[in-house]
Amino acid sequence: MMYVLITFAPLLGALLAGFFGRSLGDRAAMLITSLLMTLAAVLSWVTLYQVAFGHSPAHVELLSWIKSGDFAVSWALQIDSLTAVMLVVVNTVSCLVHWYSIGYMSHDKAKARFFAYLSLFTFAMLMLVTSDNFVQLYFGWEGVGLASYLLIGFWYHKPSANAAAMKAFIVNRVGDFGFALGIAGIFLVYDSVTFEAVFSATPDYVDHTFMFLGYEVHTLTTICLLLFLGAMGKSAQLPLHTWLPDAMEGPTPVSALIHAATMVTAGVFLVARCSPMFEYAPDALAVVAVIGATTAFFAATVGLVQTDIKRVIAYSTCSQLGYMFFAAGLSAYPVAIFHLFTHAFFKALLFLGAGSVIHAVADEQDMRKMGGLAPHIRKTFFMMWIGSLALAGIGIPGVIGFAGFYSKDLILESAFAAHTSFGEYAFIMGIAAAFMTAFYSWRLLFMTFNGKPRAPRETMAHIHDSPPVMMIPLYVLAVGAVFAGIAFYGPMTGHHWEEFWGEAILILPVHTALEHAHDVPTWVKWLPLVVSVAGIALAWQMYIRNTELPGSFARTHQAIYQFLLNKWYFDELYDWIFVRPAKGLGRIFWKRGDGQVIDGFGPDGISSTVLKLARRASLLQSGYVYHYAFAMLIGVAVLVSFYFYAIGV
Amino acid sequence: MFAFPLLSIVTFAPLVGALIILLFVRGDDADAQKNVRWGALFATTGTFLLSLIIWGRFEYGTADLQMVEEVDWIGTGIDYRMGIDGISLPLVLLTTFLMPLCILASWEAIKVRVKEYMIAFLLMETLMIGVFCAQDLLLFYLFFEAGLIPMFLIIGIWGGGRRIYTSFKFFLYTLLGSVLMLLAILWIYFDAGTTSIPALTAQAVDPDKAIPANIQTWLWLAFFASFAVKMPMWPVHTWLPDAHVEAPTAGSVILAGVLLKMGGYGFIRFSLPMFPVASMDFAPLIFGLSVVAVIYTSLVALVQEDMKKLIAYSSVAHMGFVTIGLFTFNVQGIEGAMFVMLAHGLISGALFLCVGVVYDRLHTREIARYGGLVERMPRYAFVFMLMTMASVGLPGTAGFVGEFLSIVGAFEANTWVALLMTTGVILGAAYALLLYRRVVFGKLEKEDLKAMTDLSPREILIFAPIAVAVIWLGVYPSSFLDIMEPSITYLVEHHNAAIALDAAMQPAGAETLGAAKH
Repeated sequence: MMYVLITFAPLLGALLAGFFGRSLGDRAAMLITSLLMTLAAVLSWVTLYQVAFGHSPAHVELLSWIKSGDFAVSWALQIDSLTAVMLVVVNTVSCLVHWYSIGYMSHDKAKARFFAYLSLFTFAMLMLVTSDNFVQLYFGWEGVGLASYLLIGFWYHKPSANAAAMKAFIVNRVGDFGFALGIAGIFLVYDSVTFEAVFSATPDYVDHTFMFLGYEVHTLTTICLLLFLGAMGKSAQLPLHTWLPDAMEGPTPVSALIHAATMVTAGVFLVARCSPMFEYAPDALAVVAVIGATTAFFAATVGLVQTDIKRVIAYSTCSQLGYMFFAAGLSAYPVAIFHLFTHAFFKALLFLGAGSVIHAVADEQDMRKMGGLAPHIRKTFFMMWIGSLALAGIGIPGVIGFAGFYSKDLILESAFAAHTSFGEYAFIMGIAAAFMTAFYSWRLLFMTFNGKPRAPRETMAHIHDSPPVMMIPLYVLAVGAVFAGIAFYGPMTGHHWEEFWGEAILILPVHTALEHAHDVPTWVKWLPLVVSVAGIALAWQMYIRNTELPGSFARTHQAIYQFLLNKWYFDELYDWIFVRPAKGLGRIFWKRGDGQVIDGFGPDGISSTVLKLARRASLLQSGYVYHYAFAMLIGVAVLVSFYFYAIGV
Repeated sequence: MFAFPLLSIVTFAPLVGALIILLFVRGDDADAQKNVRWGALFATTGTFLLSLIIWGRFEYGTADLQMVEEVDWIGTGIDYRMGIDGISLPLVLLTTFLMPLCILASWEAIKVRVKEYMIAFLLMETLMIGVFCAQDLLLFYLFFEAGLIPMFLIIGIWGGGRRIYTSFKFFLYTLLGSVLMLLAILWIYFDAGTTSIPALTAQAVDPDKAIPANIQTWLWLAFFASFAVKMPMWPVHTWLPDAHVEAPTAGSVILAGVLLKMGGYGFIRFSLPMFPVASMDFAPLIFGLSVVAVIYTSLVALVQEDMKKLIAYSSVAHMGFVTIGLFTFNVQGIEGAMFVMLAHGLISGALFLCVGVVYDRLHTREIARYGGLVERMPRYAFVFMLMTMASVGLPGTAGFVGEFLSIVGAFEANTWVALLMTTGVILGAAYALLLYRRVVFGKLEKEDLKAMTDLSPREILIFAPIAVAVIWLGVYPSSFLDIMEPSITYLVEHHNAAIALDAAMQPAGAETLGAAKH
């Protein structure tokens, strides 16, 4: 019952705010959805305590869904430790974002609609994480995609927002294409699509092969890669990452909830959920690790030069998701989920903090027009510092640190401890990205809060910290950004991780990255801190001490600068390879294929001949009914003669 | 074997309504028009309620024909024979469900010759229900072909400017198919001495009577000619966009909602069970044409400037999913195909109604003339969004279940087909969202759009039942899958038995052939 309440309270809120928003009034709609979310959030923590620490996973069957031959799935809630962690992440952040939005959206005219979308999103996300089968997971998967689409395009009068919303949906569909095929493949091989049946049967399919596209392929590798294609789309991994930065067109609370803390981590969740399959598909794991590590590096490089405050954080998210993936790809799933958990707090904090900044400077997002804000919005300034410290993973090895310090360093240590070539690659990429992460985070802080004010005088005059309804969610998240690491490091990723995760995550004994992660050499433990501090120092050098430096560097290294600024030209490339050809082909098929070839030789050609004949006869009317009746007449004539034949006249 | 003839009553109830209107309503003044409209609404609503009785009395869990009616008709072996099974019933319900909504949709849009219009619609309903209930080849043929006449009139009289061209096109396409099908029916009658559909179906697994493979080929092709045009399959689809553009809104709804389903129904009722070997042999052809249809028409839909044409092309793409699903010969594929037909009937019907709503207000279907409608028409924007999402197969809506099952079925049959058809999922999102964005989102800048009013109560009354049905089918599709399941399981077993039979007979034939070579 409690689980039903957790998952359906947001749906109830969404329906109430969506359909009755006008009669309820904005205030009531906002309060109802936020209170229902608060209820769900509190119950989620209770669930985490019961399920993960009390070791009592649960399964609730709600309703039969699709049944077609052996293909049978139900609406169900499966609550194990993995689900419980996700419930806490999703509902906590969603609850805080709901309250924050009451302040942030106070000037918007479509408040009820906004809150309905937020709650709808939360519901879909909950269906995703509580699923006991692949199809309901897919339901949630597409549902969050819809909510994301609606929220990115929330300000529908902005063409850029509409374009970004469409892009997000369609790029995600590319991933879903793989996901759907993966599910079809699972059904073909296992004759079932429920997690329990599939995972328990997987050890029997270790060497199984099947025919795919005319080749005999390793079953588990193929299926895992198809599923991972879905994960790449949802979690913005190379080369399907292009939608995430554009998604920043949506209101900032949306970016915090969907495009940082929850939806984009669904791909990581999927890989962790499918660990019983990925474990037997080492090649697929290698792909996951390489894609993750490469994305972590790539996104960090782009984040170095962006000037839009939200885009910097968006690329940072992309990069952090890369960390989670390579952790998962090295079989350190608990570490990946642990980082997902801590990241949710500090990244939501950073986004909401950025929202608070944007709110303060009259909706300006360009950092070049900020600067010197620290004295005016001191509380927000502190919150952003906490978020950045957590993101950069600052802390003293063996003593204490911010949340990101525990999770990110453990990812890097796992990569080192994996002792495989993919692990080494991931380690190097991860260390490089850690350096850049620290650099762009402090570049953001310095450009926004320090130096001379670059905003117009009248804007500066009105700058003030946000109201408590916005600040309190920040404080709560800050608590998470400080303590989530130290509190959950032991249970989630310690030597007894199996106790916490139970059956939810499987790691084969041969995959020892996590096991050995705690015993790496001292220099490996200290290296992330060293590069982070170096990154901060460099940012200080460039943006506080010698502010001429960035400009002159950009001028002298024009090619690199442009390359990074234009995000490695992925958008241009895709436009050139996919978008234009699709439209071009469409036009050719339509005008030439349908118009000239098919119609030209088919109906038009014949009809012009017929018309010529008809004119010559000149007795036939041009009305179509007569022609048709004529055909029927022939039919009837044949029938009648046949009838006579049958009765033997 | 004669009971209460429920099927015939449902089939001919609209016709009775049409006759009453014809005989008792005189004149063409406002009062008469009002009477006609209400009369048609009563007749169609009544038919819908009667069809619910069929559903109530339908026995689940059996593949046998139910509520069978048989009356001698012409000669030996050709009878008036009606009956339904799990394949017919959902389509009958779809038809009776959509008709009252079509009448409502025509309430204000049709101002001339209202009486004739309503009579044409009622007549068409009778013929459409007849198609799905007929269990005799000849009876089926009559319903099947005659159904085009009222559609023709609807397009021709109440349609747009290029109706002559459109009807020529339609005529040429259909003529070829129907003549060939009639010839095939005659051949079957001469060969088997009966036109009873159940008897002919049973014959396919009877070692003494099974039609030899080479003859199946010809018969299959003759039926294919007719059904492929009706579906429509690529490359005989070009009549459809034109027909939709010219047809009035309700005509488009029926065309997309029900008439297109007759092609799929034909395949599942005739081609698959009666010519199993030929169906098997031609499956690659079907797959090829369908995959081309999915990709080709989706790309064409992407660049359309006319709202109706865009939706028409998307219909062709969706029908590609149907034909692929049908020829996978597994339960998931065929049930998926059936479910796509049901879902598409509702969704594309609703999308055409959405076009109708703005067309009634602004009298243009050009996409570029719109933009920013959400500002003034939030209810409309909601309905349109729901249907757009259903059309792109969002899980939780009707569009998903069938699409997904047919992908699952296709994956089992041929992974290349599954891969290529699934690209339709990406392209479908692209054109559907592009349409929505250009019409509903954006800045409200054009002056005449600012005066547009949101959905009227009558329009809400039209959309609400469809919206409920779309969600219902998405969340609890079992209501309909359970109806189909026994019939389709039986169909698959029947198919396998027929193929096995053919294989058992083959070696003997191969030997003689081998001997002849030597």
